[in-house]
Amino acid sequence: MSLTAEVVDYDDAVARYDPVFGLEVHVELNTATKMFCGCATGFGAEPNTQTCPVCLALPGALPVVNTMGIESAIRIGLALNCEIATWCRFARKNYFYPDMPKNFQTSQYDEPIAFEGYLDITLDDGTPWRVEIERAHMEEDTGKSLHVGGSTGRIQGAEYSLVDYNRAGIPLIEIVTKPVVGAGERAPEVAKAFVATLRDLLKALDVSDVRMEQGSVRCDANLSLKPRGAQQLGTRTETKNVNSLRSVERAITYEIGRHAAVLDSGEAIFQETRHWHEDTGVTTSGRPKSDADDYRYFPEPDLVPVAPSREYVERLRATLPEPPTQRRKRLQQDWGYSDLEMRDVLNAGATELIEQTVADGASPAAARKWWTGEIARRANVEAKPIDDFGVTPAHIAELAGLVSDGRLNDAMARQVLDGALAGEGTPTQVADARGLALVQDDGALEAAVDAVIAANVPIADKVREGKLNAVGALIGAVMKEMRGQADAAHIRDLILQRLT
Amino acid sequence: MSSTSDITTRSAADLGAAIADGSLSSVEVTQAHLDRIAEVDGAVHAYLHVDADGALAAARAVDESRADRRSDGRISPLAGVPIAVKDVVATRGLPTTAGSRMLEGWIPPYDATLVTRLRAAGMPILGKTNMDEFAMGSSTEHSAYGPSFNPWDLERAPGGSGGGSAAAIAAFEAPLAIGTDTGGSIRQPAAFTGTVGVKPTYGGVSRYGLIALASSLDQAGPCTRTVLDSALLHEVIGGHDPMDSTSIDAPIPGVVAAARRGDVAGLKVGVVHEISGDGFQSGVKDRFEESLKLLEARGAEIVQVGCPSFVKGLAAYYLILPSEASSNLAKFDAMRYGLRVRPQGVDSPSAEQVMAATRDAGFGDEVKRRIILGTYALSAGYYDAYYGQAQKVRTLIARDFAAAFEQVDVLVTPTAPTTAFKLGEKLADPMAMYLNDVATIPANLAGVPGMSLPNGLAEDGLPSGLQILAPAMRDDRLYEVGAALESALLEQWGAPILTRAPHLATMEATR
Repeated sequence: MSLTAEVVDYDDAVARYDPVFGLEVHVELNTATKMFCGCATGFGAEPNTQTCPVCLALPGALPVVNTMGIESAIRIGLALNCEIATWCRFARKNYFYPDMPKNFQTSQYDEPIAFEGYLDITLDDGTPWRVEIERAHMEEDTGKSLHVGGSTGRIQGAEYSLVDYNRAGIPLIEIVTKPVVGAGERAPEVAKAFVATLRDLLKALDVSDVRMEQGSVRCDANLSLKPRGAQQLGTRTETKNVNSLRSVERAITYEIGRHAAVLDSGEAIFQETRHWHEDTGVTTSGRPKSDADDYRYFPEPDLVPVAPSREYVERLRATLPEPPTQRRKRLQQDWGYSDLEMRDVLNAGATELIEQTVADGASPAAARKWWTGEIARRANVEAKPIDDFGVTPAHIAELAGLVSDGRLNDAMARQVLDGALAGEGTPTQVADARGLALVQDDGALEAAVDAVIAANVPIADKVREGKLNAVGALIGAVMKEMRGQADAAHIRDLILQRLT
Repeated sequence: MSSTSDITTRSAADLGAAIADGSLSSVEVTQAHLDRIAEVDGAVHAYLHVDADGALAAARAVDESRADRRSDGRISPLAGVPIAVKDVVATRGLPTTAGSRMLEGWIPPYDATLVTRLRAAGMPILGKTNMDEFAMGSSTEHSAYGPSFNPWDLERAPGGSGGGSAAAIAAFEAPLAIGTDTGGSIRQPAAFTGTVGVKPTYGGVSRYGLIALASSLDQAGPCTRTVLDSALLHEVIGGHDPMDSTSIDAPIPGVVAAARRGDVAGLKVGVVHEISGDGFQSGVKDRFEESLKLLEARGAEIVQVGCPSFVKGLAAYYLILPSEASSNLAKFDAMRYGLRVRPQGVDSPSAEQVMAATRDAGFGDEVKRRIILGTYALSAGYYDAYYGQAQKVRTLIARDFAAAFEQVDVLVTPTAPTTAFKLGEKLADPMAMYLNDVATIPANLAGVPGMSLPNGLAEDGLPSGLQILAPAMRDDRLYEVGAALESALLEQWGAPILTRAPHLATMEATR
């Protein structure tokens, strides 16, 4: 059958169909060691250097549960308002795959550690939305295949394949939402906001590096359409590896249009997995996925059941941070930001940086101005995250202090920032070394003002006549005389004293 | 016994004491066993791999440390006593095949925990013993490397799957051996060869490094010629291991003290009505009943006990075992170690085709049979009817044991319904082969410990075994009762039963 169906115009599609979606989010935990052995979990190590008999599934090796992995799972469950199982087990999910050493994945099946929760999110226009959580369960990652010799990097046409088992056994938590119904044309937006909110929550919990680009958060999106008003759900497809916030939104948008086109043509949706292509913005057919997929789950006999005590769970509950959404509201209020200003802060990912900068002594206004302005701009140019850009909240607080004390003006402060970024030292050290300081000596300033007035009589006369707009030219001339090292407001005061 | 030296017929306890007091060196003891292997293993085929150099090096290390008086702290009573290890146990630097072509030539880069403990106790490892492929079988005829032969009658099977270990002990090719018991693979071969075999409480000996057959049933344990030797070895290999999540985190019961005590006065010994001998070979049944009288004469009270669920044990076992095995054996896929077969007639085979061709070539018929059974039993739509039901039976069997142990201290049964059968006799009839495990399987399903010890010769002149079962964590009771019965039987016969084996004295490397 043809799988290159046309895509129906989005507005047209959602006018006639209700999209229903569900997300499965795989979160790689930031534990120091793997889920079932003592191997390191560091990203980017030489292939197969972080392996042992257990994670390579050598004959005879046995798994032992990483208690830090259990702890992270419970904390995630609690933060998602889930019930925590008092007793649960690992199960084996049996299937063959070359990069899966045991040819079964140790996972959880009918006994997840956390279930029945929800996450409240807020859409961009402030609309609140509750996404219900089906379950959060523990599992392990597989290895990674590298297909060599082909032009595409895919197995088809490759001469040989290499397998890196460093990732095999890294702890994952899979968070599965219940079907999200009723979002209508906002379905892609809800999906994106859910993943964004979840990502922030996981970061606040400090259980994962949440780097989507490194694959530490991986998202699969299920989608089906039903005619408007219909009760019965349509056939779903599962789009794999939607690995950025923007992709979540785009992939769901695309699938809505594609489903609508297939349904409009009178054909049935084929239940399958689909692959998302970031570059072209389309999905392509993966493998058929029927309900008859048979993983032959059964309880993992090599591991004893997990039975967290109530006291233990409550101790972990006490370690939960303030939820990011609540925290943002509080900070916005504390800092006196407008909604628009706060959104800039969030978009720049600068909340923690501003919080620390304020704690280091800067005013909230100055902190926001620097992080969402000059620094965000420069980081954007260099395509680096602002929290890894080489300038710390302490630097910015110091810089803001130099400005508010009247020692630097904005232009000079930007030069100091250049120096700090170039590794020339702290802002004070840079200012000293580069000789940047406003001239504080009024005698020198007044001499310059007098000289400029004397040299620009026609302009001075205009000012005397009350045309205060003209003073700018005089200020500029004085500033030039002072080689920029003066405070413009102060120069203006001195000129006006003379001329009015 | 012309061809057995004085050394190889001695018990491990004696050898350990002699090495400790300096009257024998470990090298002498180890060399004597290597000589015996060279002499008779061609006929017995107990070993798949003999490591003379490694064993002698370990023996020399023990002798030197004793000569220098360098060793400090507690010394194992078995220091310097050599041992054979079933080939399903990973041994660093020594081939480990689990009796399968799939692992031919594989040399593990690590030791099983129990091997680490043998080495730490200063016990030289003579080699790896033959077994049914991946421990599936009751005769050792399913070894990919050919069967082992019963030293009592080379036409007969030594039992399985641990026939190699049992035969090595019976033929004096090792004073001690390690076996693994998933449904009776230590106890049934012990019964067939006139030796002692113990399956400890599940979790009593670490499974780390045992190539898994069925994880919830597997248990390693001692194969020896005396009850005390088993206790000494049990103490060396037992105890908690953080590498095995199912390992019991509690001290090993005082098994050596119990074996030395050997007393049944005042104990209640329960005879399991359902496996007390109905339908069993007459000689096996007769010897069993005579042993009950011996125990009674020594002060035990014999009580009939009903365990109605035991009769369902065999069926449950042959669903649970293949289910777990089908999953455990999935790792043998040609990707990382062992055999790799390129499918014929395919230019550029896919990974799946390579896996399939390898598994087809690498696994024997019995292994394939059980993988198919297990895959079916676990599959969607059949899980509840098969695996799920089997787990319920398992619970019922555990309840039967619990109820029985409310009434009695230990349970006894014949170990196997028959004496050693002839090689080839049951190969074409898997069900007949499976039925041989009927008495041993309940202990694995419930996780309780069991021992088989020689119980005299049946009417066919072959040894029969008596099985003792105790509550979980009460392995000491096996030794207490076993040692008492052993000494009563010794009194009756005047010599260890192996002295009656007709072929042992004249056995030569004829095969």
